[in-house]
Amino acid sequence: MSVTLTAPTVRDVPSRVMTVSLTAATARRVLTQLRHDRRTIALVVLLPCVLIGLIAWMFDGTPVLDQFGPLLVGLFPMMVMFLVTSVATLRERTSGTLERLMTLPIGRGDVVVGYALAFAVLATVQALVIVGFAVWVCGMDVAGPIGLVVLVAVLDAVLGCALGLGASALARTEFQAVQLMPLVLFPQLITCGLLMPRDEMPTVLEWISRVLPLTYALDAMQLLAAGGTWTAVRGDVAVIAGFIVGALVVGAATLRRRTP
Amino acid sequence: MRNNAIEIAGLRVVRGGTPVIPSLDLAVPVGQVVGLLGPSGSGKTTLMRAIVGAQVVDGGTVTVLGLPAGSAALRRRVGYVTQSPSVYTDLTVMENLRYAAAILGMGADAIRQALTEVDLLAHAGQSIGTLSGGERSRVSLAIALLGRPDVLVLDEPTVGLDPVLRRDLWGLFHRLSRSGVSLLVSSHVMDEAARCDRLVLLRGGAVLADGPLDDLLARTGTADAEAAFLALVDDAAAHDSVTRGAGA
Repeated sequence: MSVTLTAPTVRDVPSRVMTVSLTAATARRVLTQLRHDRRTIALVVLLPCVLIGLIAWMFDGTPVLDQFGPLLVGLFPMMVMFLVTSVATLRERTSGTLERLMTLPIGRGDVVVGYALAFAVLATVQALVIVGFAVWVCGMDVAGPIGLVVLVAVLDAVLGCALGLGASALARTEFQAVQLMPLVLFPQLITCGLLMPRDEMPTVLEWISRVLPLTYALDAMQLLAAGGTWTAVRGDVAVIAGFIVGALVVGAATLRRRTP
Repeated sequence: MRNNAIEIAGLRVVRGGTPVIPSLDLAVPVGQVVGLLGPSGSGKTTLMRAIVGAQVVDGGTVTVLGLPAGSAALRRRVGYVTQSPSVYTDLTVMENLRYAAAILGMGADAIRQALTEVDLLAHAGQSIGTLSGGERSRVSLAIALLGRPDVLVLDEPTVGLDPVLRRDLWGLFHRLSRSGVSLLVSSHVMDEAARCDRLVLLRGGAVLADGPLDDLLARTGTADAEAAFLALVDDAAAHDSVTRGAGA
């Protein structure tokens, strides 16, 4: 039996890095996966609240929470989202689902940005809950606008996702993926100005701190805690957004259709 | 008019410093069910990955439907089922298919048809995590069928299935081939040879034999695919020692 095959014509589309509908489909799929995993959602949302609660309790009656609360509100979600994202994407790489996905007509950007969008939704819920908890339950008093604290916290968490997506390309096993969090985030924590004001650091460390995103995330929160407004933090916000885009581009670029 | 859905010339794949496929030539005719048989480690999966464009290759050409393997235009025309079911275990059957359908631009009817073909319509709402291994691989197959591809590359799709289901799936493969779909189906179980229009026996990354089962049996004077395979391996070994002896 012989069959005539038509030359590729109408059905063929050029390979695109991203299309809105496929990015949305990926985000929807990842959100559905999250929705099935209630325990993870509970951990992601409640864990930072527990930590903030402990600190509020320990330093009850002092201004510590007002000074450092905004920093922690930015920091904890970033760490949690980094871990969740890097493990989720590693799972996709090792389970074979990514291999087939890459043989389907979907762009690499659709996969990476779809993931980021889904986790951004979770990050927004997380940021709203933790800021609400810190302000209303723990009595955190932020001098700057609270809406901006939420915005920076969401961006920090999304940055954590984006870094986790980018970093997961380096990990081959779950053990490695978990180690990436201290590898990527701890040096930033040490140099971001939390342990020592940046202008007192050795010059080289101060330079290094300038190219790491956490420095700007922390700076924004410190400014807000000290009563800063949008004008004060917009530079930091722009830098954080730039790092998010950069990490996503790296994540998409390191996704390979062909593997050895 | 094209006679071959897949054409491979001089394919070379090196993995971890070892040539898994030293140099392979193969043609898969249009509208046939071609069985890719060989023991574990013979290079079946690597060959299939090269055909769907998932494998980094070190030489040669792989042409699918007249286009280089892995071309963007082939991504909706080639269906691929990986050896371990590539499905999201934390989603339901339906949610898995909906995602694939969104990517392929297919609707609810296509999902229903694919699920009917693999006999899983009744399990549509069930989470993959609660399904058996065989059911999971059928979900994976349903996803490959969704886009109504012209070429299907199936890596051990019938492993671990009960005989009735296996028979049904081979029936489906032949129905698809009659409608013009070209199928390359791998198996390490030699008794599936009888179900294929054409056989490719693979060993050590090289094609040991390529043709209809009857020709193969007549040529080797054996009664089944396994005996034919053994005869061919012995032949090749004898041939090797002769040539080596002649060279010395």
